[in-house]
Amino acid sequence: MTKILAVDDSASMRQMITFTLKSAGYEVVEASDGVEGLSQAQQHKCDLVLSDVNMPNMDGIAMTRELRGLADYKYTPILMLTTESGLDKKTEGKNAGATGWIVKPFKPDQLLNTIKKVLG
Amino acid sequence: MSIELSQFFQVFFEESFEGLDVMESGLMSLDTENVDNEMINSIFRAAHSIKGGSATFGFSSVAEFTHVLETLLDEVRSETRGINTDMVDLFLQSVDCLRELLHGLQAEEPVDTARAKDLREKFEAYLDVAPGAEAESNGVAAPAGLGWNITFNPGEDILRTGNEPLRMFTQLAELGELTVETNISQLPAFSAITLENCYFTWQLTLMGKKVTREQIDEVFEWVVDECEIIVEPIVDEAASAAAATAAATVAAANAAVAAAQATAAVAPVAAVAPAAPVAAGQKKAEPGSIRVDIEKIDTLINMVGELVITQSMLGQIGADFTFDKVGKLQEGLQDLERNVQVLHESVMQVRMLPISFTFNRFPRMVRDLSRQLNKKIDLVVKGEQTELDKTVMEKIGDPLVHLLRNSLDHGIEKPEDRVKAGKPETGVVSLNAFHQGGNIIIEITDDGAGLPREKILAKARKNGIIGPDVGLTDEQIHDLIFQPGFSTADVVSDVSGRGVGMDVVRRNITELGGHVSVKSEEGVGSTFSISLPLTLAILDGQLVRVGDQVYIFPLVSIVESLSVDMKQVSTVAGASDLLRLREEYIPIIPLYDTFGIEPDSRRLESSLIVVVESDGVKVGLVVDELQAQQQVVIKSLETNYQSVEGVSGATILGDGTVSLILDIGGIVRLARGVAPLQVKAKAA
Repeated sequence: MTKILAVDDSASMRQMITFTLKSAGYEVVEASDGVEGLSQAQQHKCDLVLSDVNMPNMDGIAMTRELRGLADYKYTPILMLTTESGLDKKTEGKNAGATGWIVKPFKPDQLLNTIKKVLG
Repeated sequence: MSIELSQFFQVFFEESFEGLDVMESGLMSLDTENVDNEMINSIFRAAHSIKGGSATFGFSSVAEFTHVLETLLDEVRSETRGINTDMVDLFLQSVDCLRELLHGLQAEEPVDTARAKDLREKFEAYLDVAPGAEAESNGVAAPAGLGWNITFNPGEDILRTGNEPLRMFTQLAELGELTVETNISQLPAFSAITLENCYFTWQLTLMGKKVTREQIDEVFEWVVDECEIIVEPIVDEAASAAAATAAATVAAANAAVAAAQATAAVAPVAAVAPAAPVAAGQKKAEPGSIRVDIEKIDTLINMVGELVITQSMLGQIGADFTFDKVGKLQEGLQDLERNVQVLHESVMQVRMLPISFTFNRFPRMVRDLSRQLNKKIDLVVKGEQTELDKTVMEKIGDPLVHLLRNSLDHGIEKPEDRVKAGKPETGVVSLNAFHQGGNIIIEITDDGAGLPREKILAKARKNGIIGPDVGLTDEQIHDLIFQPGFSTADVVSDVSGRGVGMDVVRRNITELGGHVSVKSEEGVGSTFSISLPLTLAILDGQLVRVGDQVYIFPLVSIVESLSVDMKQVSTVAGASDLLRLREEYIPIIPLYDTFGIEPDSRRLESSLIVVVESDGVKVGLVVDELQAQQQVVIKSLETNYQSVEGVSGATILGDGTVSLILDIGGIVRLARGVAPLQVKAKAA
């Protein structure tokens, strides 16, 4: 089954994402910040990473940079969940190795469509 | 697939309130001279999460408001803007405003957005952004064409970000008929190839009349900045003339859509308008749920487990009972009693919350008030983990606020006066909570001016509270401030008003089964001390019998019980008899008169007197018999019947009879003839 890592410090966003993904038949691993995300990523081999940008301890951009350094995550799609639709965060994310982004707020359907886009 | 977002609302509200608490305490501790970046970051994150969540879950009023707040915070965070106390004030007001908005949304009540609008304007003044300037550009009409020519030069690094050209082509192929030509001219010599690089460029032809430029842009959305992408329409000459007309039509349609959206945006506001606006200020939603420590629940489950074992043991004994098993039966019943007692204590624990829930709002209050009063005051909070029953906690909030305001306003002196008195400029008010016996004690201490003994005395004499030449101890003088209508403030301030309320504070606390007292020394400071029962649901009671009625006295209010020596009783004409107990004269109240029932005996010497104390006043209550002491479960009279003066509640005794629990303060008031025993009309 396709496994997705969802990293967000907001419990309600995590719940919403997890529920949406599980309803669509994906397996979901959750984490509440970059540090936890990194350790979850190492424990589970995930096929896709969804990550919030702004989080305590380690933000999504730093986590992406770390993930790209891991052999298992060299080519894994990593999508940033961002409210900052401004170019700077997107560029920063891209430079760190992010595949793309989903701009918050998004609806469950939009999330699934975007995921289908990267998972094919 | 449609997913019901409302299932996530509760979690969203909870985390938003937590976020607001984080913002508030962060803002409170923010030193504007020397800004702590991590603090600003956590404040920003909290605002950011609330914005993200509220936008996702469709709470646009919150999302829009948080947006401006976040923008300003972001500028502070990225140090393009400094922060000053006025801004902190504005942020704090926004926290209040967001709380109000969220409480309203949570309760599904109409929300008053006037305050949010007002604050937004202030933020926008800071940001210098014209409100509503952001116009959304609607999709450009696609020129009528046969399809598109796309040149795609992804650059060598595209694979490193997890973007795959093949996936993009698959997406394009879903839009129309796709032809792909790969250009390998940039492929280096075999030895120079790095596996992770992409050396190809592509020439794509996508045929399809309905394919729009936006659909193509969306496919390349994430890579458009790094890659070279040229998209050109393949135009059908004959159709191009018609294109202009089509574009115009689409533009008109767009305008219509925009107008419809504008109407939709106004509609909810109009619907809200006739409803009463949510009461401004201190409206605090009382959540029907509490968070309970897992450990407490585990203890409960454990106890229930033991209860089940005991029950099955008793069941076995009962199934084939013979008299030689009486010993075992008694053992089992003892176990049962113990289990029930522990279970009872554990269940009560579930209702216990740390008093920090109440204390948390005080730092903010002290900050705001000290600014308003032009005083310098530090608040020290101790014992905030002390646990207290949720109901007691909810009811003690207001009296605490009142006492604290009082300490800030009347207690702590102005900075210049403090310096004159040889004290540090900054006053200290401390809040302390701790357990003592079966009670929780909350102390509010200030190092201010203390209670002015002479002023209080003069005022009390003037108001006729005490006679002109009654000698009083310091303690008794200080206690006068709890008398109705007492104020010593020279100037009435809008912070704590006319001193109205200390009597109300005492009344409220007494109603909770607690008491309040004050210790003070002029020039040194005052300490208000509140003692409260840990819970309101259970009471340690003394059962007493008068005639055929059994009443319950709260054990805490009983000083002593005695049989009367008539030599100690003096009769006063037109007033109640007095009992001389050591150095005090105590009025004797025959309960049979108060309640109009027939006692065993109306002769004092054959009755018992229970001396009880309330608010520092002692009275002797005449009863026929003292019965057992036991814990009783309090049933509210107000909920089940209506409030009755002199009675605080009722309980059901072991034999199934109902017994009234006496409110000693009320009995004292009754006996003083303040109000005859009558049923007070229930407040509508």
